[in-house]
Formats: sequence, C-alpha cells, structure tokens
Amino acid sequence: MVEAQPGAVDLLVIGAGPAGARAALRAQACGLGVLLVDENPDAGGQVWRPLPPGFARAAGVQPSTEAVQGDALRAELRGAGVRCLFGHKVWNVGRSLRTDLIGPDGVCSWQPRALLVATGTTERVIPFPGWTLPGVIGLAAATVLLKSQNMLPGRRTLVAGSGPLLLAVANGILKAGGEVAAVLDLASRADWLRTLPSLAARPDLLWQGARWQLALRKAGVPLLYRHGIASAEVLGDGFRIRARQVDASGAPIASASSSDFEADALAVGHGLVPGTDVTRLLRVRHRYEASHGGWIADADAEGRTSVAGLYVAGDGAGIAGAAAAGAHGELAAVACAFDLGRLSAQDHARARDRLFAEWRRPARFGRAMAGLMALRDGAVAAIPAATVVCRCEDVTRSEIDAAARDGARDMNQLKAWTRCGMGPCQGRTCGDVAGALLAAHVGGREAAGCFTGRAPLRPVSLAEVAGDYTYADIPIPKAAPL
Amino acid sequence: MYTINSERSSSSMRSLFDGSQDFFLMTPSPSSAAPVLRADQSVRRGPALRFLADGCSVDAFEGESVAAALFAAGRRELRRSPRDGAPRGMFCLMGSCQECLVWVGSRKLPACQVPVTPGLEIETLDFREQRLG
Repeated sequence: MVEAQPGAVDLLVIGAGPAGARAALRAQACGLGVLLVDENPDAGGQVWRPLPPGFARAAGVQPSTEAVQGDALRAELRGAGVRCLFGHKVWNVGRSLRTDLIGPDGVCSWQPRALLVATGTTERVIPFPGWTLPGVIGLAAATVLLKSQNMLPGRRTLVAGSGPLLLAVANGILKAGGEVAAVLDLASRADWLRTLPSLAARPDLLWQGARWQLALRKAGVPLLYRHGIASAEVLGDGFRIRARQVDASGAPIASASSSDFEADALAVGHGLVPGTDVTRLLRVRHRYEASHGGWIADADAEGRTSVAGLYVAGDGAGIAGAAAAGAHGELAAVACAFDLGRLSAQDHARARDRLFAEWRRPARFGRAMAGLMALRDGAVAAIPAATVVCRCEDVTRSEIDAAARDGARDMNQLKAWTRCGMGPCQGRTCGDVAGALLAAHVGGREAAGCFTGRAPLRPVSLAEVAGDYTYADIPIPKAAPL
Repeated sequence: MYTINSERSSSSMRSLFDGSQDFFLMTPSPSSAAPVLRADQSVRRGPALRFLADGCSVDAFEGESVAAALFAAGRRELRRSPRDGAPRGMFCLMGSCQECLVWVGSRKLPACQVPVTPGLEIETLDFREQRLG
C-alpha cells in the first residue's frame, strides 16, 4: 500500500456550522491557510441546514430568519474563497493532529498545524418503552425533516421532551399542514418564566415564543407542562402514547393520573449534548458541566484545550446557542492565529475583547436554554429495567445496573462488560444517559467518567481505508539472520 | 457472537427470519402515503424520479434524503436490531445514530445522508444479508 502524503494546512476546522464557518472565515482573514470540513453537503450545521440540492424556495415565500442567516454564511464562505471539503467525515485524528477523512471519492488525510473542533451537539433522548420503534424520531431530527426535507414526521405527531425545540417543532408541523396531538414539556411554566431575564436580550425570540404559543392554542393543541412519556406502543399504523405528570426532577408522580394520546409519529428530545468525539479520541482533559450539556473539553475562554494546537468552539465546547457560536468560533480563530505567530499580541487582545463583548449577550440566552434542556435525574431514574438504553447493542437498563452492582466502576468497564456504547454510533446516542445511570452507583458523573474516544469515529470499511494496492506494494521485511 | 444471553440471541435469529417475508412481499410504495407527508407550501422540489430499494421502486424527488423518501413512502422500518431483532428506523437524521444504515453499492451509509439521485439503488442490511445468503 502506497500511502499518500497528507495535505499540509495551517488550520483544519471540523464542522461548518456557525462556529466552525465563522472561525474559518476569521482565520483566513488573519492570513492562515484554512481547510473547513463537514460531513454535510454544504455549510450551516444543523441550525442553518440548507434545502437539499435541487430544491428551491417557492416564489413569493418569505424565507425564515434561519434560512437568511444560513444563506448569508454560505455566500460569505464562497465570496472569501474558503477552501471547503463537504461530504467528508472525519473518521480518525492522530496525536500529531493528522486528520483522516472519508468522502465520496474515498479516503484522504491532512496534516494541519492546528485543529479546531466545532462539531456542535447531538440530541439526548431519555429512553422509555417504545422509543426504539420506527416512527419515533428525535426533536432535532424533526427540525431537519421540516426545515430541510420539507416533510412532516407524521400526519398526526406527538411532540415531547424539553427545551425550545418543542415549540419550534410543534409550530413547524402546524405550518406545514400537519396535526399535533399534544406537546409534553418536562419543564414547568415557572421554569420558562425564570428564563425571562435572559430573554430580555433577545426580544425577537421572546416575541416568536409568544406567537408560537398562541398558534398552538388556536389550533387546540394541548400543551402539558411537567409531563413526560411513560410509554409508546404500536396501535394500528401509529402509536398509543401514555403521558404522565412528573415532578421538577422529571420523576413521575405516582398519585397523578396518566392520559393517552394517539398519533402516527412521535418526536421526542431531552436536550442537546456537546459532541466530544474528537477531543475524547485525543485524550484531552474533560469535565462534566450539566448546565453546559454534559461532558465538555476543558478549555480556556478562547477554546485552547490541554493538547497543544487543539481548539474547541461553539456548542460542542459547551452549549451556548447558535447566536453565540459564531463569536466563539472567531475567538478560537484569533487565538490560533496568535499562537501560530500570525497576529501580534496587541491585535489579538483587541480582537479578543471585541469578540467577548459580542459573545456575552447571546451566550447568556443560550445558557438559559441549555438550563431548560439539562438532564433531569428523576427522569433517568424512572427508566424501566427492561427498556433498551444502548440502541446499537440492545443493552437494557437492568443490564447496566447489574454491571454496576457487579463492580463496573466507570464507563469503559461498563462498555467492556455489557457492550453499551460499543456499536456503530460509538456511544453518541446512549453515552449521556448511560453515564447518568452508572453515576448513581459510583458516586457521580466525574467518577463514572465518559467513554474513551475510539477510531473510527464514523463507520468505515477496511477496504476503503486500505485502498487499491497490489501484493507488490506490501513491504516485506527482510528475514532476521538465523 | 453474543454470549451474554443466548436465549435472546436465538430469538433474534428467529425474528430476523420472520421479518424476511416482509422484504420479499414488500410492494412498491403505497401511493396513498406518498403525498401526505411532503409539505410543499414553501419549496419547489427537485425533479420527480424513482429509485430502487431492495429491488422495489420508490417514488421520490431528486435531492431528498433516502431516509426521508422511504419514510414518506410508508417504509419506516429499515432494519432489525442485532440482538433483539427489534424493528428500527431513522432516528437522528443527522448522521450520528447510525440507525438508518443502508447499502449503497459497496458502502454502508446512513440513509439520512444519501441524496436520491437518478439510477440510485439501495439495499437494507437484512435484505442484502439474505440475498447473499
């Protein structure tokens, strides 16, 4: 096998959402050679995900704010000529920050001087009986369906979980002509009211929230606060979904009655979890920060991690929302430009102070939303014993508890003993909830730790990694003298 | 392969076998389901076309993700879970959860990240396993 020399570049940015794209633009403006990679076909991340290629906005339709912001970002990237590699997944990053990618034309590798990880978040779903059934999708998945594919999750959808996506999805469904069976929110009305001070910085969003509430009421959609899903079971072509009242911790209230809803789809999500695959793979120091979404890489205010040359930015570095992510990405970019000697100390300090000022307000709002989406321990404690927690390997809650009782002390032991987190998703889907379950046995999240990152970060076949070669290409070492 | 619970392993084999009948009996997309989920108020879709899923023709529009197109065609189940043999479908729609993995030629890819293109053929994991024996 003849290995191609990896391409050289000053800064490689993983993730072309608001943080990564703005970082790439800023770093290039500072004179760095930049490569921006993303597994999607274009920039924008999840929040500003564009229409699929070949789709166009219908004539006379007012684009949403998100569509306008996403289009502006994509135009800016093209205008600035930022080198982008879309449709490419990072499947491995080595100690030297050498980054291995797989794209439509096979594998390629890059050797950057610095690496910025802006991989955003994945969605957390707290398991309940029926959550693995086809037709049950994430809340964030529902936004992708609605915003990008322009498709409804069902004719009649039940929307459940926590955080601002609940109202966004329910309204997206109504606007697209679908029915919403009900909205179940783990938070109380008081939880929402407590976020008002931070919302004062964003009157536009406050107004949007009020309009969404009104639209739901007008459509006669039941909006049940402090309610969660007890179970979903197949009923005809759809589901019967049992809703139940919960307390502030998310634990069901035993004395309260439950109510049943019928729907042919269920969109459910309990908040977002920072994507730390790459930093865990590189053995960066991490810490558990519930208010930031869970485990995050330990980094300074400008995104420098415990590994030299490795930076983090945006929601993947701790949830602060899309509006704050851009400034956060730029902060990391100017820090990197300074560290690589392309920016003077004075210019760096000036840019940094301005970006901090720009970041602070939207971050305050984003953190308040992250608080609403934070994991509720009572909801985790209420997961039934026979319910699957790790979807890839069908590992149930009782198997996790049994492993803990038998002596599994941290997440890697749990993984080795039960296969929890060992499947193709690499624990991205179950890791946070499995961590909360184990933490209850071992004395907290820090004690339980998180899954060690392992390549491949995305499934990749050996044939693709090996590439084309003949036997003549295989180096045969000379036999040792006898 | 799974030594933890042999009883579950054998039930998994059984349901995989039972499930096989669904694949061969699967008819082209139920036309009643197709237009219902697409919301066309604010977009013009790409050109209408058909692609092949497990040898069956599925109506779709160019650029849609294979996951979304199959879902709209009423095909929600994409595979069976490895241990329990339980039905699974698309879940995260952003390439993270790997629930919607399908074969596209020699590559196993999340159907949510594969756009529908002219001449596209995909196979579900269980279908290919049965076809190849």
